[in-house]
Amino acid sequence: MVTDEQLSAIKGAKVLMVGAGGIGCELLKTLALSGFQDIHIIDMDTIEVSNLNRQFLFRQSHVGQSKAKVARDAILKVRPNINITPYHANVKDPDFNVDFFKEFSVVLNGLDNLDARRHVNRLCLAAGVPLVESGTTGFLGQVTVHVKGKTECYECQPKPAPKTYPVCTITSTPSKFVHCIVWAKDLLFAKLFGDKNQENDLNVRSTDSSGSSEHVEDVFEWKKDEDIEAYGKRVYDHVFGYNIEVALSNEDSWKNRNKPRPIYIKDVALTEVTQQNGDPDKTSVSGDPLSVSAMTILGLKNPQDVWGLAENSKVFLEALKLFFLKRAKEIGNLSFDKDDQLAVEFVTAAANIRAASFGIPLHSLFEAKGIAGNIVHAVATTNAIIAGLIVIEAIKVLQNNEKNYRMTYCLEHPARKMLLMPVEPFEPNKSCYVCSETPLWLEINTKRSKLRDLVEKIVKAKLGMNLPLIMHGSALLYEVGDDLEEDMVANYTANLEKVLAELPSPVTGGTILTVEDLQQELTCNINIKHREEFDEEKEPDGMVLSGWTQPVVSKNGDMSKENGASTSNTSQAVSVEAEEDDDIEMLPAVGAPAGKKRKLSEDSNFAGSDLPSVVDDSEAIAMLDENGERKKKRVQ
Amino acid sequence: MDGEELTEQETALYDRQIRVWGVDAQRRLSKSHVLVSGLNGTAVEFCKNIILAGVGSLTLNDDRLVSDELLSANFLVDQNISSEKPLAELCCDSLKDFNPMVRVLVQKGDLSSFGVDFFEKFDAVVVSCCSLKAKKLINEKCRKSSKRVAFYAVDCRDSCGEIFVDLQDYIYSKKKVDEMEECRLQYPSFEEAIAVPWKSLPRRLSKLYFAMRVIEIFESQNGRNPGQTSAADLPVVLNLRKELCETQSLSESQVPDTLVERLLAGTREFPPVCAIIGGILGQEVIKAISGKGDPLKNFFYFDAMDGKGVIEDLSPENK
Repeated sequence: MVTDEQLSAIKGAKVLMVGAGGIGCELLKTLALSGFQDIHIIDMDTIEVSNLNRQFLFRQSHVGQSKAKVARDAILKVRPNINITPYHANVKDPDFNVDFFKEFSVVLNGLDNLDARRHVNRLCLAAGVPLVESGTTGFLGQVTVHVKGKTECYECQPKPAPKTYPVCTITSTPSKFVHCIVWAKDLLFAKLFGDKNQENDLNVRSTDSSGSSEHVEDVFEWKKDEDIEAYGKRVYDHVFGYNIEVALSNEDSWKNRNKPRPIYIKDVALTEVTQQNGDPDKTSVSGDPLSVSAMTILGLKNPQDVWGLAENSKVFLEALKLFFLKRAKEIGNLSFDKDDQLAVEFVTAAANIRAASFGIPLHSLFEAKGIAGNIVHAVATTNAIIAGLIVIEAIKVLQNNEKNYRMTYCLEHPARKMLLMPVEPFEPNKSCYVCSETPLWLEINTKRSKLRDLVEKIVKAKLGMNLPLIMHGSALLYEVGDDLEEDMVANYTANLEKVLAELPSPVTGGTILTVEDLQQELTCNINIKHREEFDEEKEPDGMVLSGWTQPVVSKNGDMSKENGASTSNTSQAVSVEAEEDDDIEMLPAVGAPAGKKRKLSEDSNFAGSDLPSVVDDSEAIAMLDENGERKKKRVQ
Repeated sequence: MDGEELTEQETALYDRQIRVWGVDAQRRLSKSHVLVSGLNGTAVEFCKNIILAGVGSLTLNDDRLVSDELLSANFLVDQNISSEKPLAELCCDSLKDFNPMVRVLVQKGDLSSFGVDFFEKFDAVVVSCCSLKAKKLINEKCRKSSKRVAFYAVDCRDSCGEIFVDLQDYIYSKKKVDEMEECRLQYPSFEEAIAVPWKSLPRRLSKLYFAMRVIEIFESQNGRNPGQTSAADLPVVLNLRKELCETQSLSESQVPDTLVERLLAGTREFPPVCAIIGGILGQEVIKAISGKGDPLKNFFYFDAMDGKGVIEDLSPENK
């Protein structure tokens, strides 16, 4: 039941929904039933089979079509008298500028990635439009309200960053199955089937042994008249046998670790699993190249089964062969895709063989696919609940009912009897570079680093800018856009390759740079501090940005708290990035900065920062127990 | 576990949720049978959730003919439709499309006239906007079945919702650190739960509990259908509250006038609350069928005014 005032606010509202996926379908339905008359939806995705278990507006026959458009049509069938405007497009497209955002009374996010969330946050701030943000994983979810000047913006608090692993853990000393997956996917798969020109650390260890470099160069090449089976076995022996022997020769690595076991194809009893009941002629379920399957040929049916070393070795060789024989055209351009059956089979098998070598428990294809594809658990019920909560907040926002704004957590286990826990929103963080005008500091070697390094590693990667412009005083150093003169483009391209101190308007210690994104209407100043040396391990970027909220990097399920620090603790090279096209509903972490308490909406003995912190992490999540204390919980 | 594997089609469709609750749970779900009676907005939300989850069959019971009011929070049927078909049939036609692997059926008739053997066919029975008398009766029949039939009663008034759960004697496994632990919960029936003297209940119990009971009794004493109330009933209901509070030795402040008035006047469903209550209820039924996860015991309350979703345990032994 809604009051007349609420109903007139609802009827007069023009709402922008970003995302028509898991949360989006539920949200559109609840908005339509609640009486909203003018709803716009942006979603760049098309419908996939794995969406159908929760994105209830979509059917099998819609697979491949625009989510935004199909969602609109489905709702109009039951509520024909409302206006729904779909955009099958990326919210980062320049058409969706500040003027576009200004037309809306409120923006509701049901997004699947951090990047787009940050982008929408900036546009909402620039346009002065309130934002209701949301996210779910499994049974957990949350809804937050962001109103400029009233509550914190989406970027006032640190966000979980994609999990990353040190290079040497991946290349030489894996201790968990996920390390083997990253190796199989980002190194081996990329080396064999991806862009040959890309840097690849697959052989990082073997370069140490003298005289073997030539051997290394050749090993991954399929020689002209070489039998494909022989080639597969050669690759197998090299990566699982020879490379392990090389690694073993570095004795220092194994002082405190269990030594890995080199595995050669001749030692694996392949005969056990030959052609049980598989059909050699049936290489795929349909004619679709993405369904070519080594499993099918080998008669392995259940993706939930954990294969032994012999089965994995068979799958490895068979998958490699199928790539070269059935999908030869794609070789050199392939990158891992969780919906590519053969790629998943290859990566599963390779990761398992490596796991066997290092004494790590083996996993099923189903599990391996989840890890490799960074697939986030998702159920319909949580999305429905979260969508209901979004609409409740949206109605408050439309009525400027500030004192009743809440952020709400949906929990798996009750905390203080609550499954749905409302919390008063925070005030804006005064040192947030996005919603306040706090300058940033950048330590950088101005005599060695190029403008390109600054643009890629800081402006794009850290500050999340889409179309940046860089100024030193009134001198333009760099700009992106469609309407630039040719000579300017040439100028900027030349600048990119210049060392900072040698730019037409030199950037040195003490320089203040202005960085702007015209689409996001975000401007920030960066104070440059010259520094000669950087620690390669701890500061791999060769520069350190501070005054910027560092994403929270979760390790072993511990939530590392934001400490207003630098880029220095992201010693990483290989990261597990979320697949853009999936329905990953990432949750912002909730960690209160020191000295600031998060209040529950009622009197409570809840310690300020002990609120549920939910990380997009399949291994372990920090949750609350009955007494409001944080404890680690393992999730299957 | 049950010797049968999921089909390729099931594995593909249910991929994301199998990653939440596992293959065994999915297998149990696909063999389960659920009955829903009273297809208001909350129940329809529940139906959607349970069909997407992949139960074996869902049986719908609601013989009412459609009206504008009845469809206000129903996303399955065009609100402007005029049809001679009963609500359950219209909903069934639409729900069938949600998941081709779930059988959706219609059962006509008055549930409280059906015998134990009827309820025995189901793993879970959900009644929505159901009278006090019918709730007790159906709950008892579920309890008399030879196998355990989980019973749920759900009610939404204004922007508030209530869920009651009876899993009888319920054993489930729970993961503690690295090993599975067996847990056991004893549930009272609806009749037993509401018979717990108010005086003995915890002081901070949700005020919604009392308000819901007062209105439920008002409806049953005055021959009203569930939800058939208005603000005009307030004086009579406040008198009833006074009587009940005196008999039960409870301060009337535990059942505030404003809350009672809201619940009486707010007869039009609030779709966000339907989504929330239907979502929690869906999750609970999935837990009970799959035997995974801590089920709630035994009442759940949500009020959009304060935004809290609270579990209350009202059991005779829980003094």
